[in-house]
Amino acid sequence: MLGPLLAAAFAGLLQRYIGNRIAQIVTTASIGVSLALSWPIFISFVWGNAHPYLIELFNFIDVGQFHSTWSVRIDSLSAVMLVVVTTVSFLVHVYSWGYMAEDPHRARFFSYLAFFTFAMLALVTANDLLQLFFGWEGVGVASYLLIGFWFQKRSANDAAIKAFITNRVGDFGFALGIMMAFFCYHSIRYDEVFTAAGAHANLMFGIGHFHIRAVEAVSLLLFIGAMGKSAQFFLHVWLPDAMEGPTPVSALIHAATMVTAGVFMVCRCGALFQLAPYASGFVTVIGATTALFAATVGVAQNDIKRVVAYSTCSQLGYMFFAAGVGAYNAAMFHLFTHAFFKALLFLGAGSVIVGLHHEQDMRNMGGVRKSMPITWAMMIIGTLALIGFGIPGIGGFAGFYSKDAIIESAFTSTAIGAQFAFWCGIGAAFLTSFYSWRLAFMTFEGVYRGAAHAGAHSPGHGGVAKAEPDPAHHDHHQAPNPDGSAPAHESPWVMLAPLLVLAAGAVFAGAIFAPYFLGANAEAFWRGVVPLRSAHAEAPAWVAWAPLGVTVAGFLLAVIFYLWNAGAAKFLAKGPVWAFLYNKWYFDEIYDFFFVKGARALGDLLWKVGDQKLIDGLGPDGVAASSRFFSRNLRRLQTGFVYHYSFLMLIAAVAFGAYAIWAGIGAPR
Amino acid sequence: MLEIGLTHYLVVAAAIFTIGVFGIFVNRKNVIIILMSIELVLLAVNINLVAFSAFLRNLEGQIFALLVLTVAAAEAAVGLAILVTYFRNRGDISVEDINQMRG
Repeated sequence: MLGPLLAAAFAGLLQRYIGNRIAQIVTTASIGVSLALSWPIFISFVWGNAHPYLIELFNFIDVGQFHSTWSVRIDSLSAVMLVVVTTVSFLVHVYSWGYMAEDPHRARFFSYLAFFTFAMLALVTANDLLQLFFGWEGVGVASYLLIGFWFQKRSANDAAIKAFITNRVGDFGFALGIMMAFFCYHSIRYDEVFTAAGAHANLMFGIGHFHIRAVEAVSLLLFIGAMGKSAQFFLHVWLPDAMEGPTPVSALIHAATMVTAGVFMVCRCGALFQLAPYASGFVTVIGATTALFAATVGVAQNDIKRVVAYSTCSQLGYMFFAAGVGAYNAAMFHLFTHAFFKALLFLGAGSVIVGLHHEQDMRNMGGVRKSMPITWAMMIIGTLALIGFGIPGIGGFAGFYSKDAIIESAFTSTAIGAQFAFWCGIGAAFLTSFYSWRLAFMTFEGVYRGAAHAGAHSPGHGGVAKAEPDPAHHDHHQAPNPDGSAPAHESPWVMLAPLLVLAAGAVFAGAIFAPYFLGANAEAFWRGVVPLRSAHAEAPAWVAWAPLGVTVAGFLLAVIFYLWNAGAAKFLAKGPVWAFLYNKWYFDEIYDFFFVKGARALGDLLWKVGDQKLIDGLGPDGVAASSRFFSRNLRRLQTGFVYHYSFLMLIAAVAFGAYAIWAGIGAPR
Repeated sequence: MLEIGLTHYLVVAAAIFTIGVFGIFVNRKNVIIILMSIELVLLAVNINLVAFSAFLRNLEGQIFALLVLTVAAAEAAVGLAILVTYFRNRGDISVEDINQMRG
């Protein structure tokens, strides 16, 4: 955990002196060390007989009843996260050697990546809510720094701030949750909070006439934090804009690790959510809605990275509704497999982008398969894993095991919102297949369309123009090769090797680890760290086959629209429904109208009326004006005429005399 | 024949006093009037003192009147000196124009 931090500091602070190359080596090496240490831990939980243990480092805060110790807690849950984080981080570091090869600020980039890894590791090895929150905020900062890495671009800066502020809204709820946990259970350490919550399951928390079970309130508030961090419905608006950052950032942070911190937190606090059916129901509904919503929007996007971003958002929705119905192990397993194939998809997309000279609009792609065969193969593997292709009873890619487990648990659950979640899951699976194959076909198949768009490239292309990181690369559209393929070259090995590793994970991780996460050996693996669902009735056969069915349906639809009949896609893109989806259900516009304009109006009000009129008026300006008023009028007494003065003296003397006589001053008793 | 008692003397003194006081601020023409009015005030007080001394057969009043007289004389001298200097500087002793101390 400390290795990446030191490497980040080293690379970041000494950038100018040590040069880019050494910075890269140091940071990548430190992550490599963390990786080498994490896998044995994980393996020992899976196949060995490891017990959870805790290393307490030092006292962080010790105030009254509030104790927070910086600790490293190793159990199955954190072991899973450790390997996910270190593996993906290491592969992203290696990939970035190639991707960022031409960027003069590489050292800063690697430093930020290492810092992010440190914060994420601190988050997953925390033993209390405060360290979790520290890591939570740390990854938020790293995300901000990395999204805005190309800070010369206005759009990147805006996206970074949007991400951080949206996160902040969630963090507000999260902080309230921590405070409430402390208030109700007098501790913030996991074990103490969970046992206290269990012991006082019906503790009520009330403000005025409003009463709510404490457990529900705490769970709900913590989940609001997860909504912000993991881009769930309502607080999802930052994720697509986060694609302004370099692709390795998207792969690491916004696919595999940071956005999964929310899922991790919900699973870690599974004991709390178990006791809070309404909060869990809320989690389920939000997760299911996100899964479906993001999938619908992903169908209409043209930027390759945004499609994958919405896909991430959608898959996170799956994880959340799995957690909501109580299938925490399924959620974690999906997190585990998703990290592999989503990072694979992002890095593959990055490979395509670099190969086509930083072109990100899929409408300008096509025919890449022949030019970049290895990337194509990797992307196909990732796509198959994402859509969860597999035959029930035989096997399949990684996503098959995890996704089907989630859908089945939603069907068989009796929790609030479970049936809704099930149908959303099916719907989202259909759309996932559709947009994934749409991406694959538009990018790789057919004839290269870049040249045709070169002339017609007008500013009216909306979101496309923002995708270019460097204005100088704007019009690198060249003519297609004679066989119709794209004029691109395959990526260097330093970028392809991580893709191969991730592809292997995407293919095999599901089959290898499913029994440990989900099946027969789940008890031994989890050891009660995460509540397991009691044995439920087996789902009917159609439930197991349904995902496969909708997946194939999505595939066929994509084939019809994008492979056989390219014109049909353009026809589809003209309708109002498409515009609704393309504009993300107009969420940005709604938020802008209510929140941004509202905040600005409030600010103006407070400024003009509150500050200028009231405070300045009563304060400095008012005091100055009234003293001027009084002094001007007092001045009129000073006429300069002696007889006026003597007249006043007379009046005063008479008045004093009268008073003295009346009050009897000096009279004998 | 009207018996001339203490009261008559006191009334006279009061009248003179009032005239003197009014003379200070009613006049706008002449600074010398002010000086004369001040003398009138002091004189009125003297009359008062002597009247009481006579009717109470007490010598204190007359001694005090002597004191007051001395002070009046000194102060008149100083006042006239100031007046002369003022006239030399301003060339005019109209009270109306004395407003340089106007705030």
